[in-house]
Amino acid sequence: MAKTLFEKIWDRHVVADLGGGFALVFVDRHVVPEISCERFSELEARGLALRHPELTFGVSDHTVPALWAALENPDDRSNEFSRGMKAASLKHGFHHFDVDGPDQGISHIVAAEQGIALPGTTLACVDSHVCTVGALGGISWAFGGSEIVHVLATQTSILRKPKTMRISLEGAPAPGVTPKDLTLYTIGRVGAAGGLGCAVEFAGEAVRSMPMEGRFTLCNMAVELGASFAVIAPDATTFDYLKGRRFAPKKAGWDAAIADWRALASDPEAAFDRDVAIDVSNAAPQITWGISPQDTIPIDGVVPDPEEEPDIQKRRAMQAGLDHTGLRPRQKIEGTKIDFVFIGSCTNNRISDLREAADVLRGRRIAEGVTGWVVPGSLRIRAQAEEEGLARIFTDAGFNWGFPGCSMCGGQGNGFTERIKPGLRAVSTINRNLPGRQGPGSITHLASPPMAAAAAVAGSIADVRKLEG
Amino acid sequence: MAESFATLTGPAAPYLEENVATNVISVQRPHSAGPYKDPGDELFFGLRFDEDGREIPDFVLNRPRYRDAKFLIAGANFGCASSREAAVTALSAFGIRCVIAPSVGDIFFNNCFKFGVLPVLLPEADVLALAEEASSGGKSGDFIADLNENSLTAPSGQTFEISLPEFRRTQLLEGLDEIALTMRSADDIAAFHRAAADERPYLYGLERP
Repeated sequence: MAKTLFEKIWDRHVVADLGGGFALVFVDRHVVPEISCERFSELEARGLALRHPELTFGVSDHTVPALWAALENPDDRSNEFSRGMKAASLKHGFHHFDVDGPDQGISHIVAAEQGIALPGTTLACVDSHVCTVGALGGISWAFGGSEIVHVLATQTSILRKPKTMRISLEGAPAPGVTPKDLTLYTIGRVGAAGGLGCAVEFAGEAVRSMPMEGRFTLCNMAVELGASFAVIAPDATTFDYLKGRRFAPKKAGWDAAIADWRALASDPEAAFDRDVAIDVSNAAPQITWGISPQDTIPIDGVVPDPEEEPDIQKRRAMQAGLDHTGLRPRQKIEGTKIDFVFIGSCTNNRISDLREAADVLRGRRIAEGVTGWVVPGSLRIRAQAEEEGLARIFTDAGFNWGFPGCSMCGGQGNGFTERIKPGLRAVSTINRNLPGRQGPGSITHLASPPMAAAAAVAGSIADVRKLEG
Repeated sequence: MAESFATLTGPAAPYLEENVATNVISVQRPHSAGPYKDPGDELFFGLRFDEDGREIPDFVLNRPRYRDAKFLIAGANFGCASSREAAVTALSAFGIRCVIAPSVGDIFFNNCFKFGVLPVLLPEADVLALAEEASSGGKSGDFIADLNENSLTAPSGQTFEISLPEFRRTQLLEGLDEIALTMRSADDIAAFHRAAADERPYLYGLERP
């Protein structure tokens, strides 16, 4: 029977059928953030052993300060959570990419960078943006914190088999339109609940021609479609990215892996429960106006008018969005004054994102009164950006250059001190614009790294294409 | 570990906003803020209380008739976004043990069973009709969820079938702990791992620190 990419991987990993559409699914890789280090104590308290330490990986991202005094000293970046994770990793014998090593970074960035996430495999992590690594052609899922103990003890997850959905991005994006723009554009069309409970496969010309890092950005925000999983068929772009990475297969194993991975793509006759095609050739750089990632408009567009929305629930949601962001119906969004720019998060803090933002900032200065932060995704990315001279461009432009962590995406870094103050307006490269995401009372507009850089220079929401021209 | 669930009787609060995120249901706040005065205050904290900690009288759960709500009638995609389990525990801390909605976030759905909260998914028209019933008349009548009978009964007497996978229903009825349940399959899991590692050795047996 013809199968989709998702179904092929799912079928390979079902340990037992639990009935009612649920299955016990084997977890090939389990990534645990330091904020969950107490779960190891729970495991121990129950008298259970870590089932597969070799398949367990600890990271330090949620609570790690990105910008704080004396950050050059790793000890100053550590805290009770990272220390707790380090203690657990030593006790149970698994890898922890801690702040004192060269590989610390955000879970989904590290999982890809280290070759932990691979095509055809399953990867679980408590963090809802773990769908990011589905871009490599494996299936990855998130769950509530208590389920971490379940995976630690059993190396399995109880999952409901999702419906399958294909979203094909067709056409070639216009110059200056980044994968983040295509991602927001897609969410704007499919809706924040458009992929609810689905395993979404991103396909189509614009995905096939998208570089690996752009694919991560696209899959990262699949959860903002309500999707439970995101996948992209592995191809030469994927294999080039993975080859030689630390935990990726080597030598004969690599050849065998490639042969297997090439056959994973959805069969041509495979049926999806939903199939959506979106023409992206006319997409412009995007910016959000409300409090859902689906509230996106082209930068040269106007804020929609709730009065024109016939559905009362949607109308109220739109009004709530405007109430929070303080924008008026039908106003141009371009030119809206801003206070803060945040370039970071697992959505957009890879080297290509930093290069794109730096291209805009080269030889320019951040506008008076605007605070800018750049927070790279991992220490490796940070080192590379310094080597390429990008860090210098950011600091010359007046940006703060941080250390890797979730930082102001979630507003939870360093004991919650890294957050935007109430009433301040930010253009951010993160994934969620819901109220309080970057700090209580703060306002977030989602955009791509070049758009965020352009806003920093202009001091207002700006069209990066005009700045470059 | 989980609380068992058999029957639930009480008023229902209608809150039909769509795409309500888990971190709106349970607000992330600094540890320094300390515990909530009443554990039930966690639920929709940012919507129920103003900056000075005073109740916002308009918010549905602050209205007298819904203060003892045991059911929440919610909009589509309730509990979306972050995987926060606190969204479920905040509901039960308030006393709400059943969420009726056209759809809920997938992770939220699974989290419900861990903490003895029953998600009932019904067609949107039914959800709207139930919300109407919950907000009309002088005071709220009682809704009744009976998991033994798989039925949800509105104050009007109209009944709806609760459709849950049998395994999830059992989990709620018995308050079963998922870890203990899965540990019973430890041999099957080990056998599965051996077979997978035989077939694709390059994926397993990774170097340890």
